[in-house]
Amino acid sequence: MSHDATVASTARHRALDWLLHSPLALPLVGLIVVSVLMTFASDNFFTVDNVLNVLRQVSVVGILAVGMTFVILTGGIDLSVGAVMALAGTAAAGVMVNMGLHGGLGIAAALLVGVGLGLFNGALVAWGKMPAIIVTLATMGIARGLGLIYSGGYPISGLPGWVSWFGVGRIGIIPVPVIIMIIVYALAWVLLQGTSFGRHVYAIGGNETAARLSGVRTRQVKLAVYAISGLTASLAAIVLTGRLMSGQPNAGVGFELDAIAAVVLGGTAIAGGRGLILGTLIGAVLLGILNNGLNLMGINPYLQDVIKGLIILLAIYIGREWR
Amino acid sequence: MLELRGIRKSFGRIEVLHGVDLQVRAGEVHALLGENGAGKSTLMKIVSGIIQPSEGQILIDGQPRHFPTYDAAIAAGIGIVFQEFSLIPGLNAVENMFLGREKRNAFGLLDRKAMRTRAQAILKKLEVDLPLDVPIARLSVAEQQFVEIAKALSLEARILVLDEPTATLTPSETEHLFKVMRELRASGVAIVFISHHLDEIFEICDRITVLRDGQYVGSTDVADVTVDQLVEMMVGRRIENSFPPKPTLEPAARIVLEAVEVQLRRGGPVSSFQLRAGEILGFAGLVGSGRTETVLSILGEYAAARCTVRVDGAERRLRDAADGLAHGIGLLPESRKDQGLITAFSILQNVSLNNYGKYQRGHWFIDFKKELACTQTAMDQVRVKAQGPRARVDTLSGGNQQKVVIARWLNHDMRVLIFDEPTRGIDVGAKAEIYQLMRDFTAQGYAIIMISSELPEIIGMADRVCVFRSGGIVATVEGSAITSEQIMTHATTGKVHHVA
Repeated sequence: MSHDATVASTARHRALDWLLHSPLALPLVGLIVVSVLMTFASDNFFTVDNVLNVLRQVSVVGILAVGMTFVILTGGIDLSVGAVMALAGTAAAGVMVNMGLHGGLGIAAALLVGVGLGLFNGALVAWGKMPAIIVTLATMGIARGLGLIYSGGYPISGLPGWVSWFGVGRIGIIPVPVIIMIIVYALAWVLLQGTSFGRHVYAIGGNETAARLSGVRTRQVKLAVYAISGLTASLAAIVLTGRLMSGQPNAGVGFELDAIAAVVLGGTAIAGGRGLILGTLIGAVLLGILNNGLNLMGINPYLQDVIKGLIILLAIYIGREWR
Repeated sequence: MLELRGIRKSFGRIEVLHGVDLQVRAGEVHALLGENGAGKSTLMKIVSGIIQPSEGQILIDGQPRHFPTYDAAIAAGIGIVFQEFSLIPGLNAVENMFLGREKRNAFGLLDRKAMRTRAQAILKKLEVDLPLDVPIARLSVAEQQFVEIAKALSLEARILVLDEPTATLTPSETEHLFKVMRELRASGVAIVFISHHLDEIFEICDRITVLRDGQYVGSTDVADVTVDQLVEMMVGRRIENSFPPKPTLEPAARIVLEAVEVQLRRGGPVSSFQLRAGEILGFAGLVGSGRTETVLSILGEYAAARCTVRVDGAERRLRDAADGLAHGIGLLPESRKDQGLITAFSILQNVSLNNYGKYQRGHWFIDFKKELACTQTAMDQVRVKAQGPRARVDTLSGGNQQKVVIARWLNHDMRVLIFDEPTRGIDVGAKAEIYQLMRDFTAQGYAIIMISSELPEIIGMADRVCVFRSGGIVATVEGSAITSEQIMTHATTGKVHHVA
């Protein structure tokens, strides 16, 4: 056998190995399959405008899903992100409109609300030793309620015009929300793959007892992942507020579930310890394409939810059989 | 009443019971005695139909019987109270006693009154008074045990097996249990009593059967035997493993760790010990005697009632294992898989898990090259056999997995390494390697605490031995006093000092 043939077979072997073992392989295959199907189903799907449009639509859930990935990797869950996002947006609008303060303070308020509630979640989970699903369910109710109380249930509009830049602005042809999303993903990737903190996140999901007994400060790490989830909820709030040009206390209902779906579709184990942030991006885009494509095909919105649910089940099933 | 003949049991190719006999008569309390792993629990699982013998016969009242299931054994009049209770914590005593076979009235509804009356009758016979209306979880351990016994009796058990019933009881609760056992004996029930506490056996039992390493050693009347003879029967004469030679310890060796006062439970015994640089301090004792809890307390990972520790002479309060790491104390936990390794990680990631401070760039980022080099050095030091640092740990043998956990602590400035059951589940060759490593470490100045349930290992490795019993240290032996007989005697009859 010639040397070249050996090299080629090794390369083929590697590619096969990657396909069989990388957590990214399956989400990627799913993305390609769905994209091809949509391209055939609708002439309008595979155009530059529509692809950018899909990415823009995906951005809010996509940003939420970053924080969700951190939390799920540790074996936790954060149900509060949709409500926290709504409260952060409402608070930002309240500071700018009702209090008439500088826009920078509005953004600071959004960040403060998100990170604050994230720390609240994290402290109760890590030190209070309460189950994450209950803690964040409670926080979801609290955040939603506070937003409605503060706003009286009405959107707060009349924001300064520049705020819309975050929601509908463009740099070149690329929408600003998409750029923000990409930056958030890039930072998350560096944090998870390049720092000891990232390793500790995976370690806690893999075996929390072992991590703790080997000297990892697991409680601090858990506090941090919920804070990160709160932070990404704030960033999503800024994008959403820019798009809606108002603080909407009722925004983002059910977004936490879309974010979880994106993480899981992206190949992250719901029990933690395994998964890649890039997978979450693929998962979020996959969900966005489904939404967009099913709309373009003119399918009844109620039926769309059923189809999405079935696809998630199918993806989990295939993902399990694949290993 | 109950007779076992030539019971053998193999798991895969490993035989764990080599022809065990047992005869229990009606109206006697029969002690089943043996070290950890002698085969007592396996034998009782066979009696109760949970596992099937590979060979041998079970006879009840002289009739050969076969129990394919637990239920079949219960139907034949066998009742077992395991160490881990099978009660439902949220249900009350009556509901637990009749779980799965509730009495029903004419309408098919629960006949609570009838069940309650029956439960009261049984408990009255036992002269036990306990609240029937509160969830089991709110009862004391002793009371829960009585509920288990009452449950067995409500099933008309004539043969009652009590698997280490006194392990978690206070002295007065034990007294009460013995009273109940005497009542049962008087009414003709045959009782098999498993206990490690020889003093209890002399107090309550009529006859004794001893097992050692799955072998039937012998049976005898309690009246015909002494503590020393029993210990001799339990430990026997065994071929010792080859252990590295013990170095002579400097008498003036620095004390690196001192437990001034450790009290695991309020009202329990208070222990203290000193650990010197370059020595291996063995923690011997039976399973559940408080060895692991003691080291976890020192590391702040177990909520002890009291725990005062000096590290290098200075009093320290460690809050968690991370504090332990900062003070140079590292733990190799008892269970590699559940507490030691992150099985989905590579060797590299497992070793570097607590090492990042050593190879970070700009305070934040991992220096991958340095990480790889450090891991390779640590792997070479403990001689891990693997394809490379990137091999997944779940592909390694038990011995190599243990070495990976050890390697984790080598990039640090450590003083104390705590090995909890370091050779459990690993083969003979790897054991010898681990022993050699431990001696290499002490030669480098590390101090080692070794918890082990294997007596030969304690005797072959430890320079000094703290013997635990019932949550505290009952004796510390060194030099030529480290013998199986000494340790077993302390572990089973040592005086426990209870402190308020």
